[in-house]
Amino acid sequence: MSLQLIPPDVNIDFVGRRKFFVMLSTAINIAAILLLIFKGLNYGVDFAGGTLVQLRVNHQTTSNDLRHALGPLDLGEITIQDFGQKNQYLLRFEKLSSLKGFTPRLNGALEKYYGQGNVEVLRVESVGAKVGRDLRRDAIGAVIVATIFMGCFIAWQFRNVSWSFGAGAVIALVHDILVVVGALVISQLQFDLTTLAALLTVIGYSVHDTIIVSDRIREDALKRRRESLPQIMNRAINETLSRTILTSGVAIFVLIALLALGGPILRPSAFTLLIGFITGTYSSIYIAGPVVLFWERRVKIKALPRAA
Amino acid sequence: MENGNFAPVMVLVALAVAILYLHLNNGRAQTRIYLTAILVAAAVFLLVPSFTPELPSWWTTYLPVPRIQYGLDLQGGTHLLLDVKLDDAVKNAVSRRADDLKRELKDSKITGARVSTTGDTIQVELANPSDRSALEDIVSRDFTDMKLGSTPSATGGTIYTLNYTPRDLAQLRSNAMDQALETIRNRIDQLGVRETTVEREGESEILVQLPGIQDPERAKELIGKTAVLEFKIVDDSHSVEDALKNGPPPGDEILYGPPERGGREPYLVESQTLMTGDVVTDARVRPGSRLEGPYVSVDLDQRGARIFDTLTAENVGRRLAIILDNTVYSAPVIKERIPGGKVSITGRFSIDEAHDLAIVLRSGALPAPVEIAEERTVGPSLGRDSIRQGELSFAVGAAAVLIFMAVYYSGAGLVADFGLTLNILLLICVMAAMQATLTLPGIAGIVLTLGMSVDANVLINERMREELRNGKAPREAVRIGYERAWSAIHDSNISTFVAGLILFQFGTGPVKGFAVTLCVGVLTGLFSCVVVTRIWYDYLISTRRLTRISV
Repeated sequence: MSLQLIPPDVNIDFVGRRKFFVMLSTAINIAAILLLIFKGLNYGVDFAGGTLVQLRVNHQTTSNDLRHALGPLDLGEITIQDFGQKNQYLLRFEKLSSLKGFTPRLNGALEKYYGQGNVEVLRVESVGAKVGRDLRRDAIGAVIVATIFMGCFIAWQFRNVSWSFGAGAVIALVHDILVVVGALVISQLQFDLTTLAALLTVIGYSVHDTIIVSDRIREDALKRRRESLPQIMNRAINETLSRTILTSGVAIFVLIALLALGGPILRPSAFTLLIGFITGTYSSIYIAGPVVLFWERRVKIKALPRAA
Repeated sequence: MENGNFAPVMVLVALAVAILYLHLNNGRAQTRIYLTAILVAAAVFLLVPSFTPELPSWWTTYLPVPRIQYGLDLQGGTHLLLDVKLDDAVKNAVSRRADDLKRELKDSKITGARVSTTGDTIQVELANPSDRSALEDIVSRDFTDMKLGSTPSATGGTIYTLNYTPRDLAQLRSNAMDQALETIRNRIDQLGVRETTVEREGESEILVQLPGIQDPERAKELIGKTAVLEFKIVDDSHSVEDALKNGPPPGDEILYGPPERGGREPYLVESQTLMTGDVVTDARVRPGSRLEGPYVSVDLDQRGARIFDTLTAENVGRRLAIILDNTVYSAPVIKERIPGGKVSITGRFSIDEAHDLAIVLRSGALPAPVEIAEERTVGPSLGRDSIRQGELSFAVGAAAVLIFMAVYYSGAGLVADFGLTLNILLLICVMAAMQATLTLPGIAGIVLTLGMSVDANVLINERMREELRNGKAPREAVRIGYERAWSAIHDSNISTFVAGLILFQFGTGPVKGFAVTLCVGVLTGLFSCVVVTRIWYDYLISTRRLTRISV
């Protein structure tokens, strides 16, 4: 037998402590919704509309110098951000009245200030407000439809134990999205297309992890019909604990490395993935399970006598 | 898949299906392992073009050369989303019909009728109510595509209205969209950029992708030109200064020349358009005198030649304004009647300007103005940086996982590592052969499915450990490990695959890129990390080398 992180006979009472964690999660989710409403995500130009310019200046410069250089272009309010590597800067401003001829004008103004050949425009992204809104709407729509389908599929696959596993997975997923979004609001990292891709990955992971844990509950429930559901659930969580720690542990380790080494391009997505994988692992145990228990104890049992 | 790159995918799929078939029917483990070896070889072979810039010529002649296509975010280039102003196309069509109507009324000797347009409606006010039947005749004869209605006017008379039927209106918009797409495609084709994309997106938008383009500004200029070419007569009987001060005399309008150092030169021209650019058959750049610079020589079709012949004959001695998109490029004096249908347009162009003018004249006018709603330009150096950074992170992540699996599960870990490596190989192969474009969100999809396939092996191995702990023989432990882990792997992968299909169906751009790699990755992951790793164990068991399992 080789390495072993978790002893095989581990038995932690997860289910017994669920009330505390459900309350904690609810509080965090409410906080996330409030943050989203009152502070809001720091949308990148992809979603908010506007223009983003990434450029490299060949020698040391400051944002004040850049503002001076761009003064003649009359771009309105400019946000300038040090990109953190190789004298690169990110400029962001509202959408231009016309995109035609913008790059030459930008180049001209910069070269006039810094001298010919000392500035390189690496990237220009300009998105109309309507395009950004459409993209946001389409992405949210697609995710909602996909979630509904996944929920139905899971409910059907686990019907022998309880129909509520689908609801459990979906609620756990919503919980994870809210936690990640809350973290993004607090960190004010930019929410752009790359962050969206990371969020989609989190969604995939969250559902995957929930299914893995639920699968063991299903297996044990069908095998040990005499035990109560909370007992079975706790056993299943302990049995899969080794796998849970391994998989999410390795993923989280890789993500921390990415966050530290990946540079500024990857930072928002690495952060999103890191938070998402942590909450995705947690919610499979403390959100999906309690939803099923709640359904089986309160809703179903109350409904039965009335039907009788 | 348009480029006939189906063949390599078919080879891979055929091999995979054969392996799967034998696997499900408990075929000989040796056969399965040989087929797997062939599959690995085929996959490696297919990937050679993606990683070698120069291929020997015999290779490119006889063998398929699928390469991974990088998205613009990775390789650099320009991405434009154009908004076609379809409402303006309708407005233009309506005003053209209103001009037709005016002419018909004049021909039918109906005087004093006032014709105007608002939005997509033509309004007619007749001076003489008895002309009504004549109007109805004209409409039923020449305006069958429009519906005649009437409303009482404020002055007690009747306003007749002409409307397109909703069906014709929809047809008009869709025709305008098709024409815009075609025109822009023509223009882009003449830029000489490889692997461009011009496609319709949504109801009124066109997506243009120009990978690796050096001068995006020129492309934008070229795409954005409406390119409506008109010929009008300059009105020299009134002074331009008066018209600028007091407004143009009836039947005239003021147009301007191209922007120059001394401001834009105003021209007073007669409003009536004598000829438009739809009669142009060809346009070429010709070298001109040193002073004038190059000019564009335009060939007209037969109808155009005839119109031009008459119009020059009737207007000898007057000036002819050549107008492109409401800008007067030149206004030469007509010295004599010009038969033969050849016109030259001068205007102190640079070579590039003359070239682009010829392109837009050849490709025809846009039916409506086009606005750039979104632009993304990624310089080639940034694209290279992104690829390098992506590859590095990918390599570090993959290495960490491979090493971890090997250390933690030893023998079983190596089997899992083989599965993971094959998975990466197959995934890239399928992406390359499908000519799917790899974007940053696509990489996120790949990472997720790789993670899921590693997790499948973790599940299987944990199960095998459990069974071994319970005292099962290695052979049994393998069988039960795979069997028990399968329900979880199956449910998770199917729900992910379904989600991928839905994201592909309903999502746009980035979401689609994620969905494609997600779906492909689930399939290759299931195959490599569940089927092929099992084949390894079966092979080891069948050769009786598996007496002790290290997991």
